[in-house]
Amino acid sequence: MTTTRHTRLSGLEPLVITPDLLFVNVGERTNVTGSAQFKKLIKEDRYDEAVEVARQQVANGAQIIDVNMDEGLIDSEAAMVRFLNLIAAEPDIARVPVMVDSSKWSVIEAGLRCLQGKGIVNSISMKEGEQAFLEHARKVQQYGAAVVVMAFDEQGQADTAQRKIEICSRAYELLTGQLDFAPEDIIFDPNIFAIATGIEEHNNYAVDFIEATRELKRRFPDCHVSGGVSNVSFSFRGNDTVREAIHSVFLYHAIKAGMDMGIVNAGALAIYDDLDPVLRERVEDVVLNRREDATERLLEIADNYKKKKGEVATETLAWREKDVRARLSHALVHGIDQYVVEDTEEARQQVTRPLDVIEGPLMDGMNVVGDLFGAGKMFLPQVVKSARVMKKAVAYLLPFIEEEKARTGDVGKSNGKIVMATVKGDVHDIGKNIVGVVLRCNNFDVIDLGVMVPAQKILDTAVAENADMIGLSGLITPSLEEMGQVAREMQRQGFTMPLLIGGATTSRAHTALKIEPHYKSPCVWVKDASRAVGVAQSLVSKELVDAFMAKIRAEYAEIRERHRNRGPGKQLVSLEKARAQRFGCDWAAYEPPQPAKPGLTVFDDYDLAELRDYIDWTPFFQAWELAGHYPAILTDEVVGKQASELFNDAQKMLDRIVAEKWLTARAVIGFWPAANVGDDIEIVAPPPPSGRGPGGEVPDEASATSPVEDTVVLHHLRQQADKPVERPNLCLSDFIAPKAYGKPDWIGGFAVTAGLGIEEHLERFRAEYDDYSSITLKALADRLAEAFAERMHERVRREFWGYAPDESLDNEALIAERYKGIRPAPGYPACPDHTEKATLFRLLDATANAGIELTEGFAMYPAAAVSGWYFSHPDSQYFVVGRLTKEQVADYAGRKGWSLEQAERWLASNLDYDPE
Amino acid sequence: MSTLPWLHPDRVALLETALERRIMVLDGGMGTMLQGHRLDEAGFRGERFEHGHDGAHAHRHDEHAHPGGCDLKGNNDLLTLTQPAIIRGVHEAYLEAGADLVETNTFNSTRISQADYRLEHLAHELNLEGAKLARAAADAWTAKTPDRPRFVIGVLGPTSRTASLSPDVNDPGFRNVTFEELAGNYRESAAGLVDGGADAVMVETIFDTLNAKAALYALSELFRERGARVPVMISGTITDRSGRTLSGQTAEAFWYSVRHARPLSVGLNCALGAADLRPHIQTLAGIAECHVSTHPNAGLPNAFAEYDETPEQMASVIGGFARDGLLNLVGGCCGTTPAHIAAIAVAVRDCAPRQLPGLAREAA
Repeated sequence: MTTTRHTRLSGLEPLVITPDLLFVNVGERTNVTGSAQFKKLIKEDRYDEAVEVARQQVANGAQIIDVNMDEGLIDSEAAMVRFLNLIAAEPDIARVPVMVDSSKWSVIEAGLRCLQGKGIVNSISMKEGEQAFLEHARKVQQYGAAVVVMAFDEQGQADTAQRKIEICSRAYELLTGQLDFAPEDIIFDPNIFAIATGIEEHNNYAVDFIEATRELKRRFPDCHVSGGVSNVSFSFRGNDTVREAIHSVFLYHAIKAGMDMGIVNAGALAIYDDLDPVLRERVEDVVLNRREDATERLLEIADNYKKKKGEVATETLAWREKDVRARLSHALVHGIDQYVVEDTEEARQQVTRPLDVIEGPLMDGMNVVGDLFGAGKMFLPQVVKSARVMKKAVAYLLPFIEEEKARTGDVGKSNGKIVMATVKGDVHDIGKNIVGVVLRCNNFDVIDLGVMVPAQKILDTAVAENADMIGLSGLITPSLEEMGQVAREMQRQGFTMPLLIGGATTSRAHTALKIEPHYKSPCVWVKDASRAVGVAQSLVSKELVDAFMAKIRAEYAEIRERHRNRGPGKQLVSLEKARAQRFGCDWAAYEPPQPAKPGLTVFDDYDLAELRDYIDWTPFFQAWELAGHYPAILTDEVVGKQASELFNDAQKMLDRIVAEKWLTARAVIGFWPAANVGDDIEIVAPPPPSGRGPGGEVPDEASATSPVEDTVVLHHLRQQADKPVERPNLCLSDFIAPKAYGKPDWIGGFAVTAGLGIEEHLERFRAEYDDYSSITLKALADRLAEAFAERMHERVRREFWGYAPDESLDNEALIAERYKGIRPAPGYPACPDHTEKATLFRLLDATANAGIELTEGFAMYPAAAVSGWYFSHPDSQYFVVGRLTKEQVADYAGRKGWSLEQAERWLASNLDYDPE
Repeated sequence: MSTLPWLHPDRVALLETALERRIMVLDGGMGTMLQGHRLDEAGFRGERFEHGHDGAHAHRHDEHAHPGGCDLKGNNDLLTLTQPAIIRGVHEAYLEAGADLVETNTFNSTRISQADYRLEHLAHELNLEGAKLARAAADAWTAKTPDRPRFVIGVLGPTSRTASLSPDVNDPGFRNVTFEELAGNYRESAAGLVDGGADAVMVETIFDTLNAKAALYALSELFRERGARVPVMISGTITDRSGRTLSGQTAEAFWYSVRHARPLSVGLNCALGAADLRPHIQTLAGIAECHVSTHPNAGLPNAFAEYDETPEQMASVIGGFARDGLLNLVGGCCGTTPAHIAAIAVAVRDCAPRQLPGLAREAA
């Protein structure tokens, strides 16, 4: 074995720079000085999205990523550490080495202390003399990194080839002579400066760089030469076509001279040979400084290549000219279902078995989709559209396949079969449906049992269908308990198939602590749809499953271990102490506002057009796993295109929902005299309902006969965190005047839905194999219900309670909750007990008045529904109850008339202790 | 750093000569041996800690009071101070079995790890005394078998925290220990090891390479301060059959991350048995310019968390490594005993050590 002096870097995986790599791409987009978009994300603290930029870089082929946080308004050291720590947790980013880039040594050192791999420092120089240079280089050695040496000395930055060579050579002698620095760990940056600036001295800058590169590689063959490539075209900013051409030509010549590394936008490198010949020649004149008028001649034609603002690429049908296999692949990747039936028929005629079309061209196309999705080059909405095309093709082929099967008994092979369900008591299924689509795209058989599915039905189906695994989903907290129950049943009944857990309130920690210990066979938490395929494939693969499960089990065991050994954490205070520190107000001076319309008001068919303007769009994009805030997301560098497309589709569907009345919105609100007693609220003798809503709503007959008790008690929970005196331990009851003051205070309640009538349309989409529209419709119904709650609360403040008649806030201000009073929902952080919804529904008679039912798990059906309480106190606020001691849980159980076990079950997510 | 002179040039020369000639044998597990003594809480406390606090630091009792809740049982490293005869006995048993190098009983002798027992103040002392104990045992055996000098490896363990992994699943950017803290810890412990007479320092059972890099940084600082260095040995841990360290690196990426320390050896230990470690040892043997070591567990733990690979089984697998020229140093980790080491010593006795690649001389 001979060891050659190759540079050996590492992230989670090695990167050995051998000559056959030719040129190493260093991703430049995670650099605040080079990317306005990235700078914005960091300044606005949007690190999740910043991490996505890094992921895109790696997916686009960056072999190293450059991270730079040098910006006056950013705490660069803190930002560097935070960002590096975050990407360290992402294996598909952390696999590549990091280039820590800063002009401040302290930032570089902070960065080096975060890298487990061998990275690169960018950069050090002799700007402040030899001593500082050597001191920094020695530290780089001690931290174990390679280093970029900039051609910069006490006199300044080198611009001529001569100076570049001199400075780099001197640096080399110092590093290898005085420090024993490994030559292969030295990377020269001989400075790439802008050309074609109109200043004559700049014309030769590219040539100087290229010539210096040639000589440095001759003198020091083990070292590398790198540079920030986009600098060279700086004078053409705004004209990306010309800039990319300049980069391409410059790199073509610099690489020939020996440049073997560069900071580039890995996603936007033009191919030298593909450049327009006229443009290429004039660019070459500029780069190589071949004629005096080179700059003018390039400027003459540059505008011809400028993309016009708002220019829309016209759809070309060129792909229709290709062969049928390529057409099917194109249709799948681009989600075009227009021609898929005729193409599928053509493909069928070319094969012997209809199944071959699925297993051949269709699966090939879906594999491309899967790869692009896995590499972050495609997003969920596109994948679901692709699935729609796939389903249509498969539906067309099915009769032929059945016929074939009847004739030969031959059945196709799938990756595996999964039985999926939203558990008993829960109705939420958007996420589960997306997971189903993605799995089907990857050739899994998915049997979706729908929502509110009892454990035994799931298990029986899994046995009857001979399934390979079971997937459970749920959104509300009681579903967590139910999933644990399913796991226990599976164990008791001797199941061995893997169990997958997903849904918004589930987590790795919950699965590790509360579900996996009950089931001896594989049990895995799936974070989101994008992880589902990897998990499912690992579980069905005989080669992968052991290693995969060993890793998962080790992870879960470690979580349990940490949980067991968790320190005292934040200490909770006793219930007595928390109550002593309750929210206070000068009740003697406080005059509670009296509602303008006490009793119940019912809205039977609310105008959807009015609600449309109240939609908060950000969660709509989240439902599709697109990260970002509306409206910024529409122009986002990474997901903007997809987000805009999705938004347009949603708007089109909304037009039809409103015009064709696909959905019916109903609501009921009410106000009752209330007084605070301890941590409870008493509603004394609720008055008979008053009846008529303004604007033509019908009188509410149903509630006139609804049964209501003399005194209704609403139960609430109190924060027990150890807080400073000036911050009270809140409980919602605190916002109602205490009984002792005898002030006539009030509480309100509401239940709204925008999901009535949705089934008929979902059925229609099901028949058309159109999951994309089905999921969009569900997500829109959710948004409309939320908008309805927002609009109703506004009207309550202005009209029905009427304590803020002059309020005028735009939608953004409403989303930001800049109003007085709150509308907390049972089951959410301020009042986490879902069962209180039963009392709320009884008071409102919500099932009769608004058509909303409660499941046994206290989820609302239709799922597109919102219910909650209204508080009018000007200081009332949203808060998180958080962890509870056994003392409060026992106290609460007493007040609710529950056993301790019942209370612990319903409050499972809030317990600060492990119940026995 | 590689330009500094050796602190003990004569001993380094002996060590290098031996490494050129044969595969050297490391010792085996400490924990298994100590379990045999079935020490109870009083046994762990010894005289010094019997009254519930550190008797040697009585004047500082407020700081190191050990209120009733903090048991010392299980703090194996403390036995260096409270039961030195037992630790010395373990070293002797391995030397007798044929180990050329013994590892100090200092796996958890860092401030961070001792904080679990509220014994942070002992970090330096544990390392100093741990090295002295091993030194005395090794010297006694060198006197008995002068043709086979014995060596002391000062052990720096991984600590109970990880610098590149978040302990909070909901906050991947969070860290409960910093590079600086770790480097400070390691610097203090390493000084104890060197002062106690260790011939080399081994950074071992590396779950998280960033922890190891902090240790290597601390060592380079220590050497600079002393103006002399001792050989550094590095041993990582592939945590499962996925072939990665806990912090996610492949064996090759791991080596490139620590190679700047220009160590005497690099290798793998713990977590897996010899058979499962083989492909990764092969990777290291193919790329490392320095010596390659391994000290595997006695197989994978069984259902009772016990290791049940017999000395014969383990020696036969390792004999295969040796015959294929993969090894320069070999020993045992969890679950191994003097019987395992004796069997391994026999199995590798007649095999030539792995040849170092051309450039290697510049390393060690």
